[in-house]
This record gives sequence, C-alpha cells and structure tokens, in this order.
Amino acid sequence: MLSRVADSIYWLGRYLERAENYARFIDVNYNLMLDLPPDLKAQWEPLVYATGDQELYLQKHQAFDRRDVVHFLAFDTENPNSIVSSINFARENARVIRENLTKETWEKLNGLYHFVQKSADKKEWTKEDPRAFFDGVKNQILLLYGLADSTVARTEGWYFRQLGLFLERADKTSRIVDVKYHILLPSPNWVGTPLDFLHWTALLKSVTAFNTYRRLYGNIEPSKVVEFLLLNKYFPRSVFYCLREAENCLHKISGNADTGYRNTAEKAIGELRSNLEFTDVSEIIDTGLHEYIDVLQLKINQVSNKIHSNFFQIKDNFSQQNSMQE
Amino acid sequence: MDTKNYQVGDNFDEMFTEEGKCRAHYSEFLKHLKKTSPKKISHLQHAANKNQVAMGMTFNVYHDNQGIEKILHLDIVPRIIANQEWKHLEAGLKQRIYALNLFIHDIYNDQKALKDKIVPEDLVLGSKDYLKPCIGLNPPKGIWCHITGTDLVRNKDGNYYILEDNLRCPSGVSYMLESREIIKRAYPDLFNQLGVMPVSDYPVKLLKMLQFISNKEKPVVGVLTPGIYNSAYFEHSYLALQMGVELVSGVDLITKGKKVYMQTTKGLEQIDVLYRRIDDTFLDPLTFNPHSLLGVPGIFEAYKAGNIALANAPGTGVADDKAVYAYVPKLIKYYLGEEPILHNVPTYLCREEKDRQYVLDHIEELVVKETNAAGGYGMLIGPKATKSEHTKFRELIKGNPTNYIAQPTLSLSTVPTWTEDGLQGRHVDLRPYILYGEEIEVIPGALTRVALKKGSLVVNSSQGGGSKDTWVLYN
Repeated sequence: MLSRVADSIYWLGRYLERAENYARFIDVNYNLMLDLPPDLKAQWEPLVYATGDQELYLQKHQAFDRRDVVHFLAFDTENPNSIVSSINFARENARVIRENLTKETWEKLNGLYHFVQKSADKKEWTKEDPRAFFDGVKNQILLLYGLADSTVARTEGWYFRQLGLFLERADKTSRIVDVKYHILLPSPNWVGTPLDFLHWTALLKSVTAFNTYRRLYGNIEPSKVVEFLLLNKYFPRSVFYCLREAENCLHKISGNADTGYRNTAEKAIGELRSNLEFTDVSEIIDTGLHEYIDVLQLKINQVSNKIHSNFFQIKDNFSQQNSMQE
Repeated sequence: MDTKNYQVGDNFDEMFTEEGKCRAHYSEFLKHLKKTSPKKISHLQHAANKNQVAMGMTFNVYHDNQGIEKILHLDIVPRIIANQEWKHLEAGLKQRIYALNLFIHDIYNDQKALKDKIVPEDLVLGSKDYLKPCIGLNPPKGIWCHITGTDLVRNKDGNYYILEDNLRCPSGVSYMLESREIIKRAYPDLFNQLGVMPVSDYPVKLLKMLQFISNKEKPVVGVLTPGIYNSAYFEHSYLALQMGVELVSGVDLITKGKKVYMQTTKGLEQIDVLYRRIDDTFLDPLTFNPHSLLGVPGIFEAYKAGNIALANAPGTGVADDKAVYAYVPKLIKYYLGEEPILHNVPTYLCREEKDRQYVLDHIEELVVKETNAAGGYGMLIGPKATKSEHTKFRELIKGNPTNYIAQPTLSLSTVPTWTEDGLQGRHVDLRPYILYGEEIEVIPGALTRVALKKGSLVVNSSQGGGSKDTWVLYN
C-alpha cells in the first residue's frame, strides 16, 4: 500500500473517531446539566481544559460561556480539533484516497460532511438544546463504522484505519476521564456526595458505559470508574482495550504473529500496553489521576510519531516538505 | 408531454427535422416522452442533480487557492445516435487516429512528412509542443496516442466535422460512465427497448490497453494525478477505482537506476505503466519544466530506457496544434493513401499571407483561435463579438500571426434540452473516446457537451456548459 494512502487512511480513522468523541464530550455536560441541583450552574470550562485547547480558546473568548464553548468545540473552523474541522479533515483525507474506499463509504461520509456544514449554517450552537446535532454526528459515524465492518476487506488498509481509530479513542477516553479532574466540586467536603456521583455517572454515560459498569462493578466508586475506563480488558472504549487492539493492528500490518516487536512503533505500543496491563488502579490514584493521564497521552502521541516514521514518511523528491497531521 | 411547441432553429436538430418530424432513431424515445408529464420530467431532472452531488461527481473551480466543488449539469434528455451513423464515425475516427499516430512517430524519427513538404517544417519543429527530448524515441509497440477524446460537431449540412483531436490527456470519460448510471435510473425500460450499446466496460478496456503496452506479463499499473486540486481529480480517482489500480501522485514515486518505484508501507515497489494525467512538460523537472513540483524527477530517463510505459506518450501535443490540424486530411492521404472519411473544418492559417488577409477582412464571420489554447479560452467568435473585440483580435493577429488560425462559424446541431421553459433546443458537440492498444477501438458512447445558455455555442464546462448522456443504438 502506498505510504501516502496508508497515512490518509490512518488519519481518516483518527478524525472520524475524534469527531465522535467530541460529540460525546459535550454530552457529558448536557447529561450533568439536567441533574444538577438548582443552585449549581453547569461548568463548561472543564471541557475545554480536557481537550487541551484552552490556550486557543482563551485567545478568542474571555469567559467559558456555554454557547462559546459549544461553538468552539463543535463548529469553530479555527479550532483544528473541532467537530467541523475533524469532519473536514476526514473528508479531505477520504477524497485523496477515494479510489480505496467503497462507493457507499464515500457517499455516507460526504453526507455527514454536508450535514455538519448545514448545521453550522443554521448556527446550531445558539440553540438551547443542540443535542440532536451531536446525536446526528454520532449516529452517522457509527453507521460508517458498521458499513466498514461489513464491507471492507481485512487487508492492510483496514488495519491502518482501525489503528487510527483505536489510538484516537484511547486518547479521547483518557480525556473524558480527565474532565472529572477539572470539574470542581464546591468544596472538598463534597467528595462522595450525590453531586460527586452525578459527575462520575455523567462520564460513564457519555461513553455508553453506564449499564455495563453497573453490571460489572455495581456501585459508583471513583476508583472503580477509573479502573473501568482506563484498565478494563473487555470494554471496547477503555484505554487498555484500545491500545491492545491498536497493537494487534500493528502486528497484522507487519505480519508479526509472535509476541515482541518488529519495529519501533510496535515496541512503543507494546511497552505502553503492558504498562497498563500490569498497573493497579491504586497506583494510578497514588500517582495522581490527572498526572497519570498526562503521561499516558504523551506516550500515545509518541506511538503515533513512531507509526509516522515507520510507515508514512516518504522521501520527498523536491524538498523537505513532509507534513504531518495532528 | 407534448413536443408541438418545440422550435427547430436555423441548424441541424438531432431529434427533429426542419419540418418538425421526429427522426426515426428518436421515435421510441418520443413515444416515451409523450407518456411522461412535464412534472415527472422535472422530477427526474431534480433526481439526477441530487445523485450527482451524493456521488461527489464534482470538478473543481479555482478560487482563493481552495478548490470549490461544482457539479457538471447533466441534462435528462439523451443524445441518440443511430447505428449506421455511428459506424461511419467509427471508421473515420480509426482512420484519423491511425494516421495521426504515424505522423507523431514520423516527426520524432525520420521526418519524412517534413522532407516531402506535406507539412511545413517550421510549423512542426517550431511548435512549443514539439518536444526535442522525444526525438529518436520509439515507444512500446509504436503507439503514441493511446487515449484520444476527439471533439466533433454537426454542421447545418448534417455532416460531422472534426473540431479538435485532443491527443494529450482528454478528460470527461468519467462523466460518460457515471452519467450513464444516473440516466439509466431515469429510463429503466427504454434502454432495453431501444438497444443502447453499453459503455460500462471502458475501465476494463483501458486497463487491458495499459497492460498491453508493457513488456511485462503482469505489469503494475497506476494512474498519475497532479493531485486533489486538479479540476479533473474526480476522474483520476474514479478511473483508478474502476480499474483497481493505484492512484499515485508525484510524491509517491521515486526513480532509482532508471526505474520508477512507488513508496509503500513495505518499502519500494516498481511500477511499470502509468496512465499519466499530468501535462508533458510537468512530467519530469529534469527534462522539461524545472519548476514543476507535480512530476517525478528522472522519469523521462526511465521512459527512454524502456523501464516504464507512459500513456499517452510525451510529445503527442504537437499533432494537436490548431495549425497542424489544417494538414490532417493531407496527412491521411500521405500515410494511408486513403481519402479522409470525416471532414476537417476549413482552416485559415494566419501565418500564410493570403489566409491572413482573408481573416483580417472577414473577421466578423470567422471563429479565431489561438493555436495552442484549450478550454474555449483565447478565442473569438466573430458573429457574436463586438466591433472593438474585432479590432483587438485584428491587432493580435498582426502582432503574432503564427499564433492564430481562423475557421468559418459552424452552426452546432441542437438537441432538445430540459430548461425552465420546458424542452428547448440547445447546441451540442460530441466527444467520443478512442483507445489504441492491440487495435484501435472507439467506445460506443461519448460525452455530449451542451451549451445551456440559449443560443450559446460555448459548451466548455468551465464556461457554463453541461452534459448529456449519449446513446449509440445497436440497430
């Protein structure tokens, strides 16, 4: 497979997953808002901090007003990670490799693009409850996943796309957990109160994990929620699960049927995966949840860089204009 | 709906005679039309437009460095060609392509046609499209113009005239193929009833031709595109998808030891045949335009060494020159000893003093064209232009006579076309596609471009033209 094509397929996977997760992010807050006691206001600041784009946000806005935040995360084309930007990038990548996509995939993705553009024209963020838009984004992306699952041949291209999807999802699930760190309780005395539980419940709901969690762990306990979202071996959105899937993809790509590694990308992800595999949640809490997640995200980035240098970097005929997507 | 009010203008109409009688090969279609309400036709037209957007059947228009995607309007009324007429066109096109290929080979090798003074030497050798690096080249199987998209029009006299040979990288074939799919949905029953020849196997034929020009048994084939911002990008990716080959751009390719390789996730893989959709001079910055960032440095050396086949071969553009065009009938006689089957438009070469004087005196009746411009640019339609435009072109011609030719204004034929005011005649041209591999094959179909503006003769997509599906009948 052409390096350039693999590159685009990988980023197509990442951008679609990114858009889907941003839709989920924003859902955390809408979930919370509905259940808050009347004297507490929803906090929108944590969402921006969890995405890591607070600097850009603060250049454009002074306060964390709901509309501004929703606009910034969903519709702002100047925010390279917003839903509208991610869908644009996904479509641009798809356009470059259209000959590698099925007709249906292209048409559905094209439809999603037009849906997002139209919603932007309608200023969806000014609506009191724009959740229908976020549901629309999620559903259309899930449709694309279903389409791929039942029509795409399990050859190299499939694994590059899944690789992008799972790495992005690992990163984003960790960020959703991190939202909790940024949401402030009125005072430390509130830890363990119904409000605190509400926060954790909202997190679980945003990744469609609430019922699964209930069945597996029963009561809401912060350390259990963290364990579930970061370390669970069976839940397809947990960080560990995503990293293991991503590692499998890399093995399929290189043809590595054994354990161990054949290239630096496999080495980096193998180390990271085994680190999570043999970590106990109490160790995470001791390190500090936010600090642990910070390092985790850094390492996921390093894996992505290794993937780039192993598979996508091409010798340029003219000048060093190798551009990397982020 | 009823076609009583349809007006045939002062030109040939493909569906109706001057007396308003329906031509035989359109009669089944007319029956169908009579059974269909205008509302239904309007609905079909709307559905066709929507299909095009959904399929992303778009071309790019340049604006602020960002390609804006537009669709090429597809009219719901087909252009139908009777089989007998098609056979005539087919024979004429084969003859012409065969002769043109011999001509291209000749001027880069023995130059017999120049020595025998069939074509003025300076006209060929002085053309900017005559590529000196191609001198002495002998491309695989002796084929230079593998893919041609000849433009023809039908004049008032009912005869077809060749307008342009388009021997470089003619585009539009994807519209021929995708339009057919859309139009099939509009008239599911008619296709069978009428016996419309299929075009859908074009990608298979194209691939077979591309494989044929390689010496390898199982050659690796690719489509070379300038990239996503090129106006025909949709077509490039479409053809690669349909043939099941890689779509590559310059950055994907690298040359080593006079061989061309693709950069893949598993290292370098040699590529043997390229259907290149990059202009000659952008192909290789080492041989041609040094500023080209689209091409592949060293690819021309690999080509000369026979390690990669290119379709079309570099250098074919010279036979596409509008001044060389005037000599094609002579060339057919010279190389084949046959009378040309299809007409050339009479052409005045402004480089010749007598012709030039005639053009200057009669500019208001003539179409003046730049010898090496395309897309309907750099052109004057005398009868439709203003006095000051006439004066401007007179000066241009006097300043650089070799750069201009002139032709009498042809009246393009019309086909009924669905407009806001119902069915109206609109002018069309015809672009069939011809493949030259093991043999020369004319694909039984074409891109019919239609000037959507009333009375307009400019059919180019960049200037408000649309398209029609073209049905060639079995009988």
